[in-house]
Amino acid sequence: MYVLAAIVSLTLLGLLLGFLLGLAGKYLKVESSPLLDAIEALLPGSQCGQCGFIGCKPAAEALANGNAPATICPPGGSALAEQLALLLGLDLDLSDVKEPELLVARVSEATCTGCTRCFKVCPTDAIVGAPKQIHAVVADACIGCKKCIDVCPTECLQMHAIEVTLRNWRWTKPVTAKAEVNTMGEALC
Amino acid sequence: MKTSFKLSSGAHIGTRITVSHIMWQVMLALTPATVLGLYLFGWPAINLFVITVLSALFFEALCLKLAGRFARSVLLDGSALLTGWLLAMTLPPWSPWWIGVVGSGLAIILGKHVYGGLGQNLFNPAMLARVALLISFPIEMTTWVNVSPLFFTESPGIVTSWQITFGGLEHLDAVTGATTLGFIKTEFSQNHLLSDILTEYSGFLNFIGWTRGSLGETSSLLLALGGVWLIRQGIIQWHIPAALLLSVTLLSSIFHLLDNQHYVSPLLHLNSGAIVCVAFFIATDYVTSPNTPTGCLVFGAGCGLLIFVIRTWGAYPEGAGFAILLMNAATPLIDTYIKPRIYGRDHKGKPIEILKS
Amino acid sequence: MLSFFNPLRIRGGVHPEAHKTATANLPIVTDFPLPKKLYIPLQQHVGKPAEPLIRVGDKVLKGQLLAYSQGMISAPVHAPSSGTILDVNDYPAPHPSALPIRMIVLETDGQDTWMLAPTVNDPFQLTPEDISLRVGAAGIVGLGGATFPTAVKLNMGREAHIDLLIINGSECEPYLSCDDRQMQERAEHIIDGVRIMLHSMTTTNAVVAIEDNKPLAFLAMQKAAQSFAAITVMQIPTRYPMGWDRQLIKYLTGKEVPVGSRSSEIGVTIHNVSTALAVHKAIRYGQPLVSRVVTVSGGAILRPLNIEVPLGTLIAELFTFCEVKTDAVARIIMGGPMMGDALPHVNLPTVKATSGVLALTQSELKNTEEHPCIRCASCISVCPAGLRPLDMANNIRMNQLDAAVDIGLKDCISCGCCSYICPSNIPLVQYFKYAAGEVAARQQAQHKSEQTKRLIDARAARFKRIADQQAAEEQVRLAAKAARSHQLTTDSDTSTILGSRLAQQSEVDAH
Repeated sequence: MYVLAAIVSLTLLGLLLGFLLGLAGKYLKVESSPLLDAIEALLPGSQCGQCGFIGCKPAAEALANGNAPATICPPGGSALAEQLALLLGLDLDLSDVKEPELLVARVSEATCTGCTRCFKVCPTDAIVGAPKQIHAVVADACIGCKKCIDVCPTECLQMHAIEVTLRNWRWTKPVTAKAEVNTMGEALC
Repeated sequence: MKTSFKLSSGAHIGTRITVSHIMWQVMLALTPATVLGLYLFGWPAINLFVITVLSALFFEALCLKLAGRFARSVLLDGSALLTGWLLAMTLPPWSPWWIGVVGSGLAIILGKHVYGGLGQNLFNPAMLARVALLISFPIEMTTWVNVSPLFFTESPGIVTSWQITFGGLEHLDAVTGATTLGFIKTEFSQNHLLSDILTEYSGFLNFIGWTRGSLGETSSLLLALGGVWLIRQGIIQWHIPAALLLSVTLLSSIFHLLDNQHYVSPLLHLNSGAIVCVAFFIATDYVTSPNTPTGCLVFGAGCGLLIFVIRTWGAYPEGAGFAILLMNAATPLIDTYIKPRIYGRDHKGKPIEILKS
Repeated sequence: MLSFFNPLRIRGGVHPEAHKTATANLPIVTDFPLPKKLYIPLQQHVGKPAEPLIRVGDKVLKGQLLAYSQGMISAPVHAPSSGTILDVNDYPAPHPSALPIRMIVLETDGQDTWMLAPTVNDPFQLTPEDISLRVGAAGIVGLGGATFPTAVKLNMGREAHIDLLIINGSECEPYLSCDDRQMQERAEHIIDGVRIMLHSMTTTNAVVAIEDNKPLAFLAMQKAAQSFAAITVMQIPTRYPMGWDRQLIKYLTGKEVPVGSRSSEIGVTIHNVSTALAVHKAIRYGQPLVSRVVTVSGGAILRPLNIEVPLGTLIAELFTFCEVKTDAVARIIMGGPMMGDALPHVNLPTVKATSGVLALTQSELKNTEEHPCIRCASCISVCPAGLRPLDMANNIRMNQLDAAVDIGLKDCISCGCCSYICPSNIPLVQYFKYAAGEVAARQQAQHKSEQTKRLIDARAARFKRIADQQAAEEQVRLAAKAARSHQLTTDSDTSTILGSRLAQQSEVDAH
């Protein structure tokens, strides 16, 4: 009898508190628009579409609604992913996320006709040139959106990996023993 | 010449000291006290010791297998062996076999692997297991036999020892009693005075280990020697043992001077119970102690304080296990507040100011 | 409160096996056979790379300027021997990645003819500024390994009115003994260089600090400095990294250099003994920095030596000279074994920073079998910078780089003590180097994304402006049309409108 009373009272207490929590969640909901603005401010705003959304704003909405992972933006890389995770309070596991290989467009001088189509679509004005003259890509400004590739009539624009030089060479992260075992496990499976 | 080398950063050279080297050194330091204890309590103690250590290895292997990290070198790095060994040293020497097995299981599984394995645990595995056993099985954990050395006629032989280990003590009329601290506690509860209680107490016998208790409680002499050797070897630092022993000495001296009939003398405090073993071997566990010398001093002093408080006013005669667990829980806090000052910065992390001379 | 428990002025540090005796007792080899080709990188110093002023095919003399320094912090490069310029192109750099950098390839003619240079009999008649200029023109950089342009440091010391010049003769890295040998053999020249440096910084006190495991060097230097009251030669305890400039400053003066400040701000400047020697040569004889003493040692070297090497000599040639046991080599290291870089192959040139080239066998290397961290805190107790390597490495492993920065990642000096002592063989320094690079990369990425946003905004603004202009122009056109329908306009008005329209059109095109 004694035990039964305890079970019953605790169950009732749990139900009541849960109900109150549910009510609070429904009626005290915080409007998420400031969050949306904050996310949009973080995203590059280049509307490159690499995330699968048509632009940065829809991607920001998806992020705000929890429909997209923090790692959604390839040009932002893991730095942006970390900032987004911090803002949204998400758990971020970057260990499985491969750092997207950063690409930049490069003009092949042999086939460029100087048609100016590419620099008209470039969202960051990274392509310089003049009509009937060979264009060039400013690698530092290129965000790898590939829009120029689509419009180039002679396929003279190609994406290349950013060249590793002594200036941007970095030490790699040490491989932990655990990770090694995991990869071995995969090999065995 | 090979044309390509794996990318590796300095330092390219290093000490030859490895984790298992450290573990084996600690075990070496424990050996004299252990051997003496095993000799004094005979075959049942040896049975329990072997069972505890082997089951610790078994549970370690099991956990490593489940975690997918099993490797001979990992199993035999000495950490599980040392945990089992330390645990065995805290058990009553004639405990039944299942005390050792359950204890090892608690230490290895609950004390270590649920946290993520070696180096991740918050609490000292051996102490966690001991305290859990003490609370769960108070009878078995407080049954202390008299000293009965190997090869003495009244001591149990191998066959009798199996009966004791696997059948329990009920069927045998073994001579049991209380440890010194337990005896004092009981007598105090009957309002006896210290001068009456300690008529038969011999500090010398306690010191060399000829007394009732677990292997880690009896020979203060050999344990202290092992501990000092470890400090000399550079395996442990002096901060924790010194702070722990000093704080117990200081507190007990003050109270003993105030009232020498109700407060035990500092000598008896240092000489009985697991205090020496705890100071040198348990509290100094790398994983669960603070990272800085100052932090270690705070940690050691805290352990000493708690041991004294529990022994003097608590319900248990010996408080070392509880004290260690409580201070283990405080270790992250100590590490948060006591950290080294970075070169060129003040304690808050701001660049130091240039003094204009 | 903490200082009470740590009364010593030296924090942290380790005592690695010295391995110096193999080379420290042999004289410096000065007749190293001149290599056929020298590969001279244009950047052998901190700062901007030098700009070549020779052309392929040019004949040059030893000591002739090959490339001039660019900007405030830079250093020129001179011909290490006489010969012909073969190429100016990208070749693998002496760096763990061996990625290409620009180098001048010089084919030596075997004559080793010096360019005529004026000698200075009394450098103390020169103005301090003049000495700095000459040191800068001689391409002298910190030869202890930091390769910071010496002239810049001399100027900073003079401008800050420092009261102590420390000459670093600690050479705390194991295996290396090039500074030790130079102090034993060329003590007078080094002391002369120190005096010239003092003159250049218009200060009076110098301390030469030598680790007490080099008693012969100490005696030689003490003897050479006897007659100069301004220069004290003293012994310091042997402990790695005693040669870390800030550790040495703390030990000798009791003062710490605040984070983000230069040592001259607390009245101290520190130079290496080899640098002092190079200053002596440059000022007295007008010889630029074209060679340096390199320790070639390690378990796989049969004939370990200190060699005076022309800069640009390939490591392969040094190894041939010192007889390397090819199949015993497990790792090639440029510099010392604590902080040096492992090189992927030996066809890389020696540079101004090359204090040593080591060929270590497997048994000399640290075991790489990694175990979990047992929080033994050895790394904390040996860290001379007062960091917590184990916590930093944990943060980095979990990709919490910001947390690692918060607890001091940027104060790490990569001295390697933590990696050296770690019983679990965790590559702590590599974690910190990785994280430092990653933090820098992320800052760059952040910068780029801000820049991208600016570019996009600018583009949007431009499109809007053009649209506005076109709208305005359309209005003007309509207005003009309306006006024309009312009355005749003069030719000049029409041409004005036409002209402005053309101008606008060309602006649109330009974008």
